[in-house]
Amino acid sequence: MTRLGSGLLAGLKVTWRNLVRRSVTQHYPDVKPELPPRSRGVIALQEENCTVCMLCARECPAWCIHIDSHKEVTPAEVEGGRDRSHNMLDRFAIDFSLCMYCSICIEVCPFDALHWSPEFEYAEHDITDLVHEKDRLREWMWTVPPPPALDPAGEEPKEIKAAEIAAAKRAAPPPPVDPAGPQ
Amino acid sequence: MSETPATERAADLRAVTVGIGDGAAGFGHERGGGVDLATQDMVLNIGPQHPATHGVLRLRLTLDGERIVTCEPIVGYMHRGVEKLFEVRDYRQIIVLANRHDWLSAFGNELGVVMAVERMLGMEVPVRAIWIRTLLAELNRVLNHLMFMGSYPIELGAITPIFYAFRERETIQQVMEEVSGGRMHYMFNRVGGLKEDLPAGWLGRTSAAVAAVRSRLPQIEDLVFGNEIFRARTVGVGVLSPELIHAYGVSGPIARASGVDLDLRRDDPYLAYQELLDDGVLRIVTRSAGDCFARFDVLLEQVKVSLDVADACLTRLHELPQGPVNVRLPKILKAPEGSTYAWTENPLGINGYYLVSRGEKTPWRLKLRTASFNNISVLPQLLEGRVVADMVAILGSMFFVVGDVDK
Amino acid sequence: MNYPSVHLAAEPSLDAFGTDNGWVIALKALLVFVFLVVFTLFNIWFERRVVARMQHRIGPNVNGPFGLLQSLADGVKLALKEDIIPKSADKVVYVVAPALSVIPAFIAWAVIPLGPVVTIPFTDIRTPLQLTDLPVGVLYILAVTSIGVYGIVLAGWSSGSTYALLGSLRSSAQVISYEVAMGLSFVTVFMYAGTMSMSGIVEAQAQNVWFILPLLPSFVIYAISMVGETNRAPFDLAEAEGELVGGFHTEYSSLKFALFFLAEYINLVTVSALAATLFLGGWRAPYPLSLWDGANEGYWPVLWFVGKCLAFIFFFIWLRGTLPRMRYDQFMKLGWKVLIPVSLVWIFGVSIVRVIQNEGGVDQQTLLIIAGVIVALLLASAFIPEKKPADEPAEPAGDFDAFAGGYPVPPMPGQRLPDPVVTVPADASQDQPRSDARDLDAPTNEEQSRG
Repeated sequence: MTRLGSGLLAGLKVTWRNLVRRSVTQHYPDVKPELPPRSRGVIALQEENCTVCMLCARECPAWCIHIDSHKEVTPAEVEGGRDRSHNMLDRFAIDFSLCMYCSICIEVCPFDALHWSPEFEYAEHDITDLVHEKDRLREWMWTVPPPPALDPAGEEPKEIKAAEIAAAKRAAPPPPVDPAGPQ
Repeated sequence: MSETPATERAADLRAVTVGIGDGAAGFGHERGGGVDLATQDMVLNIGPQHPATHGVLRLRLTLDGERIVTCEPIVGYMHRGVEKLFEVRDYRQIIVLANRHDWLSAFGNELGVVMAVERMLGMEVPVRAIWIRTLLAELNRVLNHLMFMGSYPIELGAITPIFYAFRERETIQQVMEEVSGGRMHYMFNRVGGLKEDLPAGWLGRTSAAVAAVRSRLPQIEDLVFGNEIFRARTVGVGVLSPELIHAYGVSGPIARASGVDLDLRRDDPYLAYQELLDDGVLRIVTRSAGDCFARFDVLLEQVKVSLDVADACLTRLHELPQGPVNVRLPKILKAPEGSTYAWTENPLGINGYYLVSRGEKTPWRLKLRTASFNNISVLPQLLEGRVVADMVAILGSMFFVVGDVDK
Repeated sequence: MNYPSVHLAAEPSLDAFGTDNGWVIALKALLVFVFLVVFTLFNIWFERRVVARMQHRIGPNVNGPFGLLQSLADGVKLALKEDIIPKSADKVVYVVAPALSVIPAFIAWAVIPLGPVVTIPFTDIRTPLQLTDLPVGVLYILAVTSIGVYGIVLAGWSSGSTYALLGSLRSSAQVISYEVAMGLSFVTVFMYAGTMSMSGIVEAQAQNVWFILPLLPSFVIYAISMVGETNRAPFDLAEAEGELVGGFHTEYSSLKFALFFLAEYINLVTVSALAATLFLGGWRAPYPLSLWDGANEGYWPVLWFVGKCLAFIFFFIWLRGTLPRMRYDQFMKLGWKVLIPVSLVWIFGVSIVRVIQNEGGVDQQTLLIIAGVIVALLLASAFIPEKKPADEPAEPAGDFDAFAGGYPVPPMPGQRLPDPVVTVPADASQDQPRSDARDLDAPTNEEQSRG
């Protein structure tokens, strides 16, 4: 504090400088924000991948996932074989009024049926309308962006390693014997 | 030849001396002194809904005019029973809840939980994960401090700094969102490391963000720090003595502003802080005045230090060899039987988790020690005898988050 | 700034007032009212836009061109809100208070000169652009605006709320203190103008220079006290949203709140208009424009006047966007210990100069020296409060001696009585009152009584 009022003047200068500069406001409803692919906007469901294993519903810390299913039995294809039973998904609903957006369900899903989408415009006037059923969740699947490339210093994801091995196998000359082997 | 000290005489007279209002304060009477001259005290409830309490803290003030006679903080409006909830959650689910009690330092909160479990398991965390954690923890510290650097002036009536602070917060939040997907509740720590690796190019964008924040920080400084009115409102107001700090367990920037030099980043080093300390990048900021101004000063200085530390982490991450950021965990993670206490230097102070495990996948007990609770407990000591306008200055300078108080 | 006498012919003197016929008066009153309401709506928008830009935001830009209709929309919204009267409120006063606040704000404008004598379009009637004028116009404004404070005080008292009560108490103290400084800053203007009528002061500045130049200290004092007078940041202690939630209008809602809001913004314009009239030449065109002959004729002066007011309002907004709020006691200290003494010294200096000038005995150089000394004194006194706060915390050192003056006195704030010594003599223990009484009436006997 050298001179009385110098601090006040410095402050007035700062506000004046900002007055004549451009604002940083985002023009949201007119201009949509660009969100990174990892943004946790809404959980999308790839219904086809779901096997009703219930892992997501069990692991969810807020118990906001509701799953109903029934078993369907496909009769054995060959005589004397076993009947195969499938879980058919009847209902998959996420109550977004309870969801804590922790992404545990997405992490535990063994079949990649759940994904984050940066989509966030699903506010409702009534809290009960925030329970979204599988058809709505399936729609959001279209908004799921591809995952970002990883830092080169990071460990290679195991999916890429597996894919590389598979590709190498395919590129290699087919084994001479047993051409009708299981593929 | 009056040998008796005047003080003793006064003590003798205490029973009959009549005082009015403030003057009667020391005489051990009912407030307001004699019957004829009684002034009535007024009870003023600051909160649970009040702009200065950022949430639902309630202060029950007894006022004599504008002067505070007694102050009673009433907490618990936001109690969520988080410790009980911890007991029925597995360790990954605990992270979700743990990062929410102090919603301005989510990353630091997560860190304590995973460190406790890792220590119980004797788990070695990959070196890349350690450095990324350090980086994110420091960015989180900057975010937290910027929030208070914006909200404190607004309590003193300056409406502009918060917008500047939020511009800087936005810059950092963008990189935090890019890496973790969340803007406040990152949920990026996992036992043994981090959720996933950094996106390509993120390090460069973070460097740019850190540089941008550093370059614009002087605006807040000019606007608030040198301002004569701001100084008049804060210098010498709400002086917190080291004795009170020890008595109430106050920690963090508030304690360091009073010269209590305790910073777990140095005194019980975790993550990569030892190395940063040895490099001289991490400096512990202390002030001796202990008033509101010193507390704000510490905050401002810590932002600068944290930005430097973040830069050091970024350089280090560029140099590190390729490696994982987490370890493979078993399907069901169980902490072995036993107990441990993991504490971290959260932006607001010491944040500790006392984890007791019976070898199950949930903790038997997870005690949470939060910084804000202790920092708020000392308020009555600071507020009594001050005026209402000072109450706001002091309350704002105690840097608390109500969720962190009420748990 | 010498104006040819042709222009002076068009000056409104007090003779020009009081000759209007009924419908002209009604029309002018209506126009003043409409002008104030519209200008308030504009000012709210202006403030929000400017503050927003200072905070690198945009501000209201959706309703109407540039968002100009935003304040209108807000006004309609306020009017449609539920009107709540608290149970513990004193109903009559509670309802009257907003009106008490807003009406004086309007009627203060009766004497503000907006322009010269003009011809009403489509008629031959010539009338000054001022509702009326009084020989004591400025005093009238001071008197009327201080009535507006009653609205604030009564609003706070009648709300039955602690926050509102504290806010109104602060407000009354604030206005009383700053009214004094404000009034004192006008005194030098009266000395120079030789009149208290608003139109007369404008005229005086036309013949002389704008009073801001010779009377800069008065202007500075006025500029500070006008911020205090209008309860605006950094002196908005009565509202202090961080401390007292909303201050005196905490419990008000709907139209009653809107009236307070309106009153605040009209007062803002009033003090700006007053500043423009007393120090910046009123409705007269500023320098480069005044070279044009028609600048001070017809309806053009209204534009200059509004421009000058807007400049002040911008200054208000700039302060609000930058500064934190002062503490109540610091604010009082500024008023009583800085502004008022400086004002008095300045008035003293100016009156000496005026007397010397009128006698015509002293040359230019001596005058300049005297002025220099006074300015130096003022600067020196302006530096005094800088040291004050730094010394203050050291005060409560040492124990307080209640008997220092020979009889017991209570401690002042910040002073503390020493901790009680609980040594009760065995013989005097059951006889406490008696020994106390002895102490009181005979301080010389006390060592005896203590044994």
